[in-house]
Amino acid sequence: MRVDVGGRVVYAYTGARAPRAGQPDVVLVHGAANDHSVWSLQSRYVAHHGRNAYAVDLPGHGRSAGPAVTSVDALAGWLADFMAAAGIGRATLVGHSLGSLAALAAAARAPDRVAALALLGTAVPMPVSEALLDAARADDHVAFELINGWSFSAGAKLRGNRQPGVWMTGNAMRLMERTAPGVLYADLAACNDYAGGLAAAGGVRCPVLLVQGARDIMAPPANARALAAALHDVRSVMLPDCGHAMMSEAPDAVLDALRAFLPVSQAGA
Amino acid sequence: MTKPRTHQFDTLTLHAGSAPDPATGARATPIYQSASFVFPDSDHAAALFNMERGGHVYSRISNPTCAALEERVAALEGGVGAIATASGQAALHLAIATLQGAGTHIVASRALYGGSHNLMAYTLPRFGIETTFVDPRDLDAWRAAIRPQTRMFFGETLGNPGLDVLDVPAVAALAHEHGLPLVVDSTFTTPWLMRPFDHGADIVVHSATKFLSGHGVVIGGVVVDGGCFDWDGGAARGKFATLTEPYAGFHDMVFSEESTTAAFLLRARREGLRDFGACMAPFTAFQVLQGIETLPLRMARHVANARRIVAFLREHPLVASVGYPELPDHPDHALAQRLLPRGCGAVFSFDLAGTRAQGRRFIEGLTLFSHLANVGDAKSLVIHPASTTHFRMTADDLARAGIREGTIRLSIGLEDPDDLIEDLSRALHAAGKA
Repeated sequence: MRVDVGGRVVYAYTGARAPRAGQPDVVLVHGAANDHSVWSLQSRYVAHHGRNAYAVDLPGHGRSAGPAVTSVDALAGWLADFMAAAGIGRATLVGHSLGSLAALAAAARAPDRVAALALLGTAVPMPVSEALLDAARADDHVAFELINGWSFSAGAKLRGNRQPGVWMTGNAMRLMERTAPGVLYADLAACNDYAGGLAAAGGVRCPVLLVQGARDIMAPPANARALAAALHDVRSVMLPDCGHAMMSEAPDAVLDALRAFLPVSQAGA
Repeated sequence: MTKPRTHQFDTLTLHAGSAPDPATGARATPIYQSASFVFPDSDHAAALFNMERGGHVYSRISNPTCAALEERVAALEGGVGAIATASGQAALHLAIATLQGAGTHIVASRALYGGSHNLMAYTLPRFGIETTFVDPRDLDAWRAAIRPQTRMFFGETLGNPGLDVLDVPAVAALAHEHGLPLVVDSTFTTPWLMRPFDHGADIVVHSATKFLSGHGVVIGGVVVDGGCFDWDGGAARGKFATLTEPYAGFHDMVFSEESTTAAFLLRARREGLRDFGACMAPFTAFQVLQGIETLPLRMARHVANARRIVAFLREHPLVASVGYPELPDHPDHALAQRLLPRGCGAVFSFDLAGTRAQGRRFIEGLTLFSHLANVGDAKSLVIHPASTTHFRMTADDLARAGIREGTIRLSIGLEDPDDLIEDLSRALHAAGKA
């Protein structure tokens, strides 16, 4: 679906099924230099199991018009604007990496509009290495290579895609390469600069799910401990042998974690 | 600046796509010789059918052994994924049938394998797909052949049998300017000699029967998606309805929305393998995987041997000419140096100076070289294209494809090169006396 947010076209993949009135809404928010397609399996499941899925393309990503939003707080405001434009009153927010920070900030900003929060591959704070920031600032391809090198666990760099015939790291590389110059840096700088995570966590009123990869070196599980402590209704799922790119590496485990959690959000809706 | 380390080509030939089997510990990729795969529960079954989970359902659509091969070839080519097919012809047909239907058009190099030429010149027109064949070296001819109905450019990285080197960067740039993908057959080069995606190609097809498997024991093909082509952007907008419009055959799926990078591959599997059914057998995939494990070693030896044979033939009085792009007198010499720095492969043609009868005597005089219709075997092969692989072509078409009555095609194997030279020398001697 396409909606107008602030005069710009925004695309959201709805799992190949049009949203239906009366069903709970689930908004899925991708990470840096990604787009809705990282959620293709999970969003299809959501959309075909009694919920409306909106895997949104953030501004400047995928099929949504630019420019990229440059801070997590601004992304949170943008998410609220998107929900209003799409006619979504209250939703479960599912975010990965940068998207998890945007979802967290959105839940704190408008607690009455967020039924539940699933934060995948998250960390608070979420510092980005200087080397990566420098490469992204220069729009150097090395930035994508660094992300690919750090986002997949060692085994997943070589094999094992659950989607037959798809070469995971090649696919991830091509997706990142589609972003316009400057977008990756805006995304990474937003992660790096976000200092309000723990305060936001204190303002979250809904149930929260944390899904982390045991081998995630982009957002190491240890870096989410303070976040977990600051949330008052939180449960965690640790994916063994999984890196940051968990929707690719462990799509079934991610889906199972969401499947177990979504009824919680519905109960709270 | 920090530069990440990634696995190199030779490592990927051994490890990409496969790990020790988690169920048994088997180190080699097991041959999953099973038509179908058990669903853990009904919900899981429905999720697999509706693409909510990844996994295998039925071996016509996907199979774990084939998937290991698909990942490996995609990794070696630098693409997003691949589909293993029943043959190289099936791979080419799958690529075409996924992108276009009746009322559309292809612009293709005229220096093609005879089987590809048959498909495009004689068979596809029956299904409403026409092809204009052009001199691969003439960019203006490619441009002039484009029609509003054109949906792809097609060529071979090294043309068969004259080894015309396709100027992939230039032809790709022209294709993209017109919103068209460049599909290349990279059978003769394999990713060890050229990675066409690095030069702008969009889809690569292989006959895995040849150098990829390397031992002349299987028939198989692979189609690889580079993942760069924007099917509904720029000049391509409106041309590729199979990827950008809802498909009633899969719950109105819009493939380009479903997968930003691998829409072509998705449709090719979900429609093409499902409905045309030209899938690869798991045992074949296993043998191709075995072959790829030694691809770098074999290709280096194939090329080294070919260079020795080329040098020998060039000096022989009964040989009128040798067509090998590493030779300074080959029209694509400079292009080959740029695009094929590791070498120009091990299949090439030469023209005998003698009569047609002498040509026959030459082929019959060989003992190590086998007279058969194949290339890319570990063993050396020979054929007379005008009477075999290209016999359906008219004399004019033959001439345009660089084939003469006396043209002999060799596929140089992995034997000791001195033995090969002796075999050729004896056969040439016999031909000279005929």
